[in-house]
Amino acid sequence: MSTQSVLYDVPGPKARTRNWLYSVLFVLILLAVAYFVYDRFNEKGQWAGALWKPFVEGTTWSQFLLPGLVKTLEAAGLSIVIALPIGALLGIGRLSEHKWVRVPVGAVVEFFRAIPVLLLMVFGASLYAYYTDISPDTRPLFAAVTGLVLYNGSVLAEVFRAGILSLPKGQTEASSALGLRKTQTMVSVLLPQAVTLMLPALVSQLVVILKDTALAGQLTIGYDELIRGSGPITGNFNNTIPTLIVIAIIFIALNLLLSWFASWLERKLSRRKKAPRGAKPLEGPPSVVTATDFNTGRAV
Amino acid sequence: MFDFLSNPDYNLVDAFWTTIQLTFFSAIGALIWGTILVGMRVSPVPIMRGFATVYVNIFRNTPLTVIIIFTSLGLSSTLGINLAASDSPTSLADNAFRLAVLGFIVYTATFVCESLRSGINTVPVGQAEAARALGLNFVQVLGLIVLPQAFRAVIAPLANVLIALLKNTTVASVIGVAEASLLMSTMVENESDSLFSVFILFALVFVVLVLPLGLLLGWVAKKAEVKR
Repeated sequence: MSTQSVLYDVPGPKARTRNWLYSVLFVLILLAVAYFVYDRFNEKGQWAGALWKPFVEGTTWSQFLLPGLVKTLEAAGLSIVIALPIGALLGIGRLSEHKWVRVPVGAVVEFFRAIPVLLLMVFGASLYAYYTDISPDTRPLFAAVTGLVLYNGSVLAEVFRAGILSLPKGQTEASSALGLRKTQTMVSVLLPQAVTLMLPALVSQLVVILKDTALAGQLTIGYDELIRGSGPITGNFNNTIPTLIVIAIIFIALNLLLSWFASWLERKLSRRKKAPRGAKPLEGPPSVVTATDFNTGRAV
Repeated sequence: MFDFLSNPDYNLVDAFWTTIQLTFFSAIGALIWGTILVGMRVSPVPIMRGFATVYVNIFRNTPLTVIIIFTSLGLSSTLGINLAASDSPTSLADNAFRLAVLGFIVYTATFVCESLRSGINTVPVGQAEAARALGLNFVQVLGLIVLPQAFRAVIAPLANVLIALLKNTTVASVIGVAEASLLMSTMVENESDSLFSVFILFALVFVVLVLPLGLLLGWVAKKAEVKR
């Protein structure tokens, strides 16, 4: 069903009164919950200005929050830049005609998709500590990026694969009829279309990467991203709740920005691909790559 | 190679049992809360729709780590909300476990809600229209006609949510729930010479947990699919 209103009739006078009643009831429940939270906060003195004051002072931002944010974005950006091409390669590798490429790539993808990112990061941190001479300062970043790339690279591989598979078979046939080689078909015909198709899934994976950087400050990994970087604030002012709320707001804003950018990009790309007049679109778009397929599953 | 397993301090079975329990309770909670949320999200009452939309957008975009830390440091330490009887000997562990489950439910329910909403979109419009023509009200249309079919349509996405939840339970280690990743991080610190065996061991157990679950639920999804 495309519209929600299909589930119920246009409300008549009686239904409208009833909906009003429900609205009022629901608002009352929300208010009760809100009051309970307020009261709980009040009881423990969480509304005290001193706890929130650090966040209106420039030094808190310049010393703790912004450096943490920069490190978060650094890890996320690096991971995205490395994971995207790896994901594309693995996805194409899994579609290879040669068994000796397809099978090992498939095994690698399935293996890393099944393992929690946190385990990969913990492993990476110890690996770099014991077996390499990377300086202790950059080690956490390496560990974080390793974990994120291994996991998200293999998830992105599946996204790419599904995107390419969802294209009509005629595309490949037509391009081989034109005499294109397999690589040419992939690079100049299939990939560009697949990328547009799976943009929603790709971006939701980028959101996942950004959120996952929050893991990098925990356990033995010790990367000074936003949460860990704000440790001194909570230490000094004993204001855990306000700090976590501010951090959550920063993450939500970043992710909404990313999603908004994605829908803008999608609109822009789809406008360019508008069918000429008289051309009849295929019955039902090849929409194997729905946002939910990938969006819901691989989120952390 | 695996001689560290003989150390009685490393109780692998217990750790993974905790992981499985975390997944189990969180999955049930998330399914219930997610269904309620999707009901609100498509309901005729605008304020409920608004609430559900805002809720989903907020919690889906917050890192799980922040939510889990909040349940522990915020709810428990600062606000003094205790989810376990304080006189029991395992009170601390129980409290951390339940707080983690609460955090997972709050977070995972948003994904359940979104999957179900896409499932609602797969039900043909005519069915809901027919149900309304029969005089069913909104709750009946949703509960008797639309949601049962939506559930059958979204078993595969829900399976992905469940698998993601299973992997996400590792985050509970940051508030000290004694599950798999906490044990692994202790082990890699103490057993530096068998780092690879430790990692391979934990990774394989996760693969063994995740792959059959995915295959099984994929098979169930095919079976349950409504043929149109």
